[in-house]
Amino acid sequence: MDWGFILERTFSAMIGPEVMVYALAAVGLNVHFGYTGLMNFGQVGFMAAGAYGVGVTVFWLEWNFWVGIFFTFVYAAVLALLLGIPTLRLRADYLSLVTIAASETIRLLARSRVMQPITGGVEGVNQFAGPFYDLSPFKLGEFYSFGPFKYLGRDVWVLLVGWTILLLTTLMVRQLMRSPWGRTLRAIREDEDASRALGKNAYYYKMQALMLGGIIGGVAGTLQVIQKASVQADTFNPVITFTIWTILIIGGPGRVWSPIVGSSIYWTLIVFIENTLRQLPPGVRTTLEDTVQLSDFNIAMLRFILVGIGLLLLARFRPQGIFGSREEMALDRR
Amino acid sequence: MPKSRIGRWLLFVLLSLSGLGFGRFASAEVSDDLGVIGQLQYTDAVGAKVLVEGVSLAIDDVGSAVSGKDGTFRIPVPAPGEYTIVLDSATLPTGVVLREAERASLVAKVSENGDQRVIFPLILGDSVVASAENNFSVRRISQLTLEGIKLGLYLAMAAIGLSLIFGTTGLVNFAHAELITWGTLMAYFFNVYGLVGTFGFLSFLPAPFGSGVNFIVATLLATVAGGVLGYVLNRVVFRTSRNAGVSLLAQMVMTIGLSIFLRYVFVYFFGSRYRVYLDYASQRANTFWGMELTSRDAVAMAVSVVILVAVGLGLTRTKTGRAMRAVSDNRDLAESSGINVEKVISQVWIFGAALAALSGTFFGFDTVKWDLGTRILLLVFAAVTLGGLGTSFGALVGALIVGVVINWSTLVIDTELKNMTALIVLILALLLRPQGILGKKQRIG
Repeated sequence: MDWGFILERTFSAMIGPEVMVYALAAVGLNVHFGYTGLMNFGQVGFMAAGAYGVGVTVFWLEWNFWVGIFFTFVYAAVLALLLGIPTLRLRADYLSLVTIAASETIRLLARSRVMQPITGGVEGVNQFAGPFYDLSPFKLGEFYSFGPFKYLGRDVWVLLVGWTILLLTTLMVRQLMRSPWGRTLRAIREDEDASRALGKNAYYYKMQALMLGGIIGGVAGTLQVIQKASVQADTFNPVITFTIWTILIIGGPGRVWSPIVGSSIYWTLIVFIENTLRQLPPGVRTTLEDTVQLSDFNIAMLRFILVGIGLLLLARFRPQGIFGSREEMALDRR
Repeated sequence: MPKSRIGRWLLFVLLSLSGLGFGRFASAEVSDDLGVIGQLQYTDAVGAKVLVEGVSLAIDDVGSAVSGKDGTFRIPVPAPGEYTIVLDSATLPTGVVLREAERASLVAKVSENGDQRVIFPLILGDSVVASAENNFSVRRISQLTLEGIKLGLYLAMAAIGLSLIFGTTGLVNFAHAELITWGTLMAYFFNVYGLVGTFGFLSFLPAPFGSGVNFIVATLLATVAGGVLGYVLNRVVFRTSRNAGVSLLAQMVMTIGLSIFLRYVFVYFFGSRYRVYLDYASQRANTFWGMELTSRDAVAMAVSVVILVAVGLGLTRTKTGRAMRAVSDNRDLAESSGINVEKVISQVWIFGAALAALSGTFFGFDTVKWDLGTRILLLVFAAVTLGGLGTSFGALVGALIVGVVINWSTLVIDTELKNMTALIVLILALLLRPQGILGKKQRIG
């Protein structure tokens, strides 16, 4: 077993592109669920909307990449409106039904034959992010090492931009939640009827929160496809939504830094486990393959089994998260 | 509590060891010389891939082949070169056609490196009729309606449990899709391996134990396995949560976790390949009044109708059924009039999961796969919301409407996109009548 390799991968995963993208998506979900109590089970749909905001603009309209970035915001905001209008006046579980259904439908629509001229269908959109990488001060193909961290130049550039956006967004959300607007959101989370009785229009506040969190999710989706340099419908699998939920609950919903902490913990664990299993000595590996079918494919599936059992146990025994307090806990009521 | 112990034991056995016979699937490529290969498949009503068996293909002067149970075919060729392979359209199952009719013969360039793959894109006949000629013919609409009713009947069985569990506990069970898949997979394993044949070392035992049983018996066993899983989930996971005072929203997140966990355990042991039952995998359709239906589907539909009528009678006429409806209607009132609510919830889980498993065995007729339930979850949600979440008969009404509307929608939109109609139905229902067709207005907060 090559422990050096495993540790290098694990360290690089601690602040790697996945951590950044999932943390940003979790910041959006935190606005929805942590602060406002909205059960959004379709965050990956907002990510897809954001990603296709760029993808469709470049692929179909053949407009500039930077115009596409603007459409990231438009698409995510429109999706939030479409999903919010029928559901936000109803009980909390209807939003979850519609968002989970919509996120899967977006994926199927984007990969369908009919939409092929617009979204690129199954092949998706490739080579659209050139203008972003043209600005890179790093050499795209070279490796850069910073202490225990090691990334390709193109990833260093993505990480630099991505973490800047992530930190700025986190600080913006912190300030917003300290404002009267944010306090109203939390009041709605605690007791919607009471806040309505005090003259707050809960529907509009919830809609604004859904749009804000959705746009943040959209930006996360855009960063993800820029990093992968391709927009593929099938990368927006519904299970990603629940990975983000797991991340948010690990960190503790309704807390400013929980998305970043949760995402870092999640990816460090997953990358460590997967790389260790892949690096097992051949004898051990063969035994495990024969007894519990630990093939390469199944090692990849193990991640989702862990997400599932983790989410189940966290929601059951520690809904406030590892670091959270029960004070800021939407899952505790109702 | 012997009942509970047996339940857990069964679950443990089925879950953990269902994969041990897995090695028996690995069928090695026998020949390593050259050939033309391919796999025939099309996308069915619920957007799933269906493998096509029994289609003849031929290369003149070289040889011919018939596609196997998994839709694959291989025609060996003597040397590298160009070969024209012809698909005999007359041997395609009824309703399935080539996407481009003129491409029934393809040229395959076989190199010395090995087998050359060719692709014959197949689709359901409807979409060709749609583009070709009379879009709204009576014949086509009646065929779509029939398929819609079929889908609706299966959906209804899947949806009743979801609706009743919501009614009695207030919980939206996102893991319901996996209860459906569980039924499909259990029917497959009983059909192919029998009761204990999944343990490789026990496969020498005679028919009901070591090797597969008839599909009808397998269906019954799968339904029982569904009930067992429902009982165990409620007993081990959700009853303890209710007792510990875990909030409903947290329980909802738990069902999501459970759903992902079960789904990926399924794919871990079952693999991501598509498979088919040993019996009734492909049949020729019978034609009556211009509509086509295989006898397998006709029997399954009849069984569904009988079961749904029995469920209806059970809910209205038996003491247990009335108790279920009473708890659904008003839990506190039911409890104070002497109904043992926990017992009723347990019964609802057993009964709902068994029905979901039964519907899963029917959904699996075309292909058996690990994410079958997840693919139709949207339809089930649309059905229960349209009918009225928590109402006993709403699921039935909603499922039939959703099934028919989805099939009708292919008159105007691409078949590939028809499940999207369910989302539109869901959103329209929430906008216009959020309590559902049979729901009472005060339910919606």
